Amino acid sequence: MAEPMRIRATMAGDVADVKVLMNHTMETGVRKDAKTGQLIPAHYITDVTASINGAKVLDAGMSGGISKNPYLGFKVKGPKAGDKVVVNWVDNKGDKNTAEATIG
Amino acid sequence: MNALRRNVLKSAAGAGTVAVAVAAGLLKPTMALAGAPRTAFEAKTVGDALKSMGASGAADSKDITIKAPDIAENGAVVPVEVTSGIAGTTAIAIVAEKNATPLVADFDLTNGAQGFISTRIKMGQTSLIRAVVTAGGKTYTSAKEVKVTIGGCGG
Repeated sequence: MAEPMRIRATMAGDVADVKVLMNHTMETGVRKDAKTGQLIPAHYITDVTASINGAKVLDAGMSGGISKNPYLGFKVKGPKAGDKVVVNWVDNKGDKNTAEATIG
Repeated sequence: MNALRRNVLKSAAGAGTVAVAVAAGLLKPTMALAGAPRTAFEAKTVGDALKSMGASGAADSKDITIKAPDIAENGAVVPVEVTSGIAGTTAIAIVAEKNATPLVADFDLTNGAQGFISTRIKMGQTSLIRAVVTAGGKTYTSAKEVKVTIGGCGG
């Protein structure tokens, strides 16, 4: 379910280096439960968006091919220290989570 | 035995599609901006995936750098970093060619986002990792082989 997401954003010159760690099982839907032999239903993040000071910088689509507890790193030119980064994700069951951080 | 297994897999795939469709319905506002349509994520072959992304004719480019291990001991967690040196890069997609679902993720970059993405992916077996970069309406591609010792997609 919706557990905390961690964001770290730092300025390196004129580029903001943003690192996001999401908490999610990222089940592909093809794995079987070792005990029952039943397929574990697919449950993974399908969409991630990130914005800085309200302007969208990243719009990502994902499949179950992203590792458990997804890590995402990206770089954005333009922002200043103190600007606000907001990251949202939605998964295939409609669960969603949002987190924000200040660029340091 | 095998036929049964096929059926189980088939029905699972069906259920997955429905779930994805539901999610896509909920996601309409954001989906409009995403580069690859959701159907690209359902493609079972690299060719189909690239086709539904409109990247079939992607030109090989030396300006795309893929940083990934030569040998990944654990296919469940393979760090991948894609850097595009192509000016005006607007999207980066990551494809693991031999995965059941080859298109792993696609990233639309706007408002000053640089041609750089770092993430961790699952790989079922040794295969090429392909990066597809969109810049100025054209698509470019590059690939790097990663050997996988233990696959990370099945159970």
